[in-house]
Amino acid sequence: MIITVAGENKEYESGITVKKLIELENVETPEYVTVSLNDEFIDGGEFESTEIKNGDRIEFLYFMGGGR
Amino acid sequence: MITIKRSDVDKMIAHAKGCLPEEACGLIGGTKDGADKHIEAVYLLENTDHSNEHFTLDPKEQLAAIKDMRSKGLVPLGNWHSHPESPSRPSEEDKRLSYDSTASYMILSLMDAQKPDLNSFHVENRRDVTKEELVVI
Repeated sequence: MIITVAGENKEYESGITVKKLIELENVETPEYVTVSLNDEFIDGGEFESTEIKNGDRIEFLYFMGGGR
Repeated sequence: MITIKRSDVDKMIAHAKGCLPEEACGLIGGTKDGADKHIEAVYLLENTDHSNEHFTLDPKEQLAAIKDMRSKGLVPLGNWHSHPESPSRPSEEDKRLSYDSTASYMILSLMDAQKPDLNSFHVENRRDVTKEELVVI
């Protein structure tokens, strides 16, 4: 299947989960990443059960914050 | 090296001053040319902490900004925030929360209101800070 990850079209095996995609994409510190699937945010507890489908658009958003 | 337009620096300064006493924050987008980054767009986002000591970006606003970058052929390059009362360098909390080692972390100090100080940093392992060569064009 072809999916769009962070704006780039990529080919992956059908049926992979969000959790698997995070591994395959070597996402740094995944526990601090918010995932959007077709512009909808996915709860971290659903990464393992959410399957990605052909044509889906995924973005990984790092938590961004700080303090003085 | 990272380049930024004078007009974008002025835009950050004006926004940061308007947000005082709170910290201001946002994203930067642009292009990459090897190790060089060229900032083409500065995004002014809400500090959801509404604090003079902390900032957090809203993921929904982050996503909207990233989509806007992509529509313009740009890529996300990092973020920026202001330090209303402290120098332009990453605090311990800034380092601890720098989860993306590919990002540039820009800090605008308004400690001297007459002389705002903007610098850009690279942070590895949420600990090791390198100051990037920032060129205002």
